[in-house]
Amino acid sequence: MAQMTLYDFKDKVCFVGVGDTNYGALYRTKDPRRNQYTLGVEAFKAALDDAGLNKDEIDGLILVRIPSYQLFADMVGLRYLRAANTFRGEGRMSALAVQYAAMLICSGLCSTVAVVYGNDGRSVGATYGGEGEGSSPYDVLYGMTSPGAAVAHMWRRYMHEYGAREEHLAAVATSNRRHAGLNPKAVFRDPLTLETYLTSRYIAAPLRLYDYCLINDGAVALILTGAERARDLRKPPVYLTATATCTDLTFFYTVDDFFRDGVRRCAEAVFGASGLTHKDIQVCQIYDNFTPTVIFGLEGASFCKYGEGFQFVQNGRISLGGELPVNTSGGHTSESYMQGFGLHAENIRQLRGEAGDRQVPNCQVAMYICPAPICAAHIMTRR
Amino acid sequence: MAYEKPLPQPTAIDAPYWEYLRQHELRLPRCQECGHIFFPPNKVYCPSCLSDRLEWVKLSGRGKVWSWVVFHQRYFSSFANDIPYVVAFIELEEGPRLMSTLVDCDQGEIRCDMPVEVVYDDITPEFTIPKFRPIR
Repeated sequence: MAQMTLYDFKDKVCFVGVGDTNYGALYRTKDPRRNQYTLGVEAFKAALDDAGLNKDEIDGLILVRIPSYQLFADMVGLRYLRAANTFRGEGRMSALAVQYAAMLICSGLCSTVAVVYGNDGRSVGATYGGEGEGSSPYDVLYGMTSPGAAVAHMWRRYMHEYGAREEHLAAVATSNRRHAGLNPKAVFRDPLTLETYLTSRYIAAPLRLYDYCLINDGAVALILTGAERARDLRKPPVYLTATATCTDLTFFYTVDDFFRDGVRRCAEAVFGASGLTHKDIQVCQIYDNFTPTVIFGLEGASFCKYGEGFQFVQNGRISLGGELPVNTSGGHTSESYMQGFGLHAENIRQLRGEAGDRQVPNCQVAMYICPAPICAAHIMTRR
Repeated sequence: MAYEKPLPQPTAIDAPYWEYLRQHELRLPRCQECGHIFFPPNKVYCPSCLSDRLEWVKLSGRGKVWSWVVFHQRYFSSFANDIPYVVAFIELEEGPRLMSTLVDCDQGEIRCDMPVEVVYDDITPEFTIPKFRPIR
């Protein structure tokens, strides 16, 4: 058999079901029965309904953040699966889990795969830093902890190298919030002004409160199947047209190229395999655990040159109605921190024309970019 | 007053790093095959060429501030009284980078690429940790 390439993968797999939770409602209420599993089941059920599938038509189950595939499979009564596994609860895993599902389908190991993500971070008081959070033993001696501070190091360096200023990040935070205002499920929907942004407290300076992702509860389930099967289901298929990964695994989360070289390799791969170009991208979701990654991702994917991203994001260019709408559901800083899964759901809804008040007109080509220790990119399309 | 912040947790692999620091020497492993010097010293094989012929080489102690942040959020109760405190990502003259902090320096004067040199903070009788100060 000839060596397969990314091109052979093109359009073979589709997203056919998407389900999630009402993040805003979950944020405002508490329920002692709520956990990653129960949230995951809610999203799974919604995704099945969205796809018009019976649960017994699922033959592959990939969980992310939900610790035990065994407990989850028991909860949803799925016994004779042809694949089951759990990925770590890290943001970089969302694209990888989708790729794994696609590989299972392309290889014939599975027919229809559910990827289920659940997060009860708010209920359990997750902090992503500090005591008992797995910080490096070399770093904690100085009180260094948390991915946010690691990104703050990179943003400080970026400002030094390119002459950016702290207020340039406000464009990302306020654009996210503007989009969340159009998303009924978003956690934070009130407008965020430049003044409020600039007077908000620092967490790890130069990053402020509004540069940080939320810590909230919720879940997302995605159902994927082969393109032929997808055409017979309830909703128009969303094609996984191209996808690629490039790691940048080093000891520190702070890296000197701000993950751009990894993203660049992914972007070159997905543009090459899809035959599409930057001008074809109508909406883009960029993994924004902290706002600087939007700038790093745009530069890495060559929407602008290295060092120009902080200017690129100004003046509404990345907002709805702008040249390249980014994080149209409100992103991780305003909609919900579902570690990339909410961003996947948003691309699917944009491509189906289901995004309501925040719909990008006639959206046919969407991109996902993750600037992180495992960089990734997808191009997703509809026909 | 007892030292309440996190302490080094020496392992069988990095124990010499801490022992040299206690003697006020900053040493890191250097590969005798390819010359690569690396941080952290948590490896028994050179991450560049995978040789196991490593030696502990004494460093100049000089470097520069690659970047720095100021913690305003309380993540550790033992650092609460230090807020807002500086964490600097130091690039050593020999190449490796490590997290540390700056002393003898106002926050307002910190700049990326600012030249710094190591100072040894004897935090307990058993442990010394490297910190950095501006070279004036």
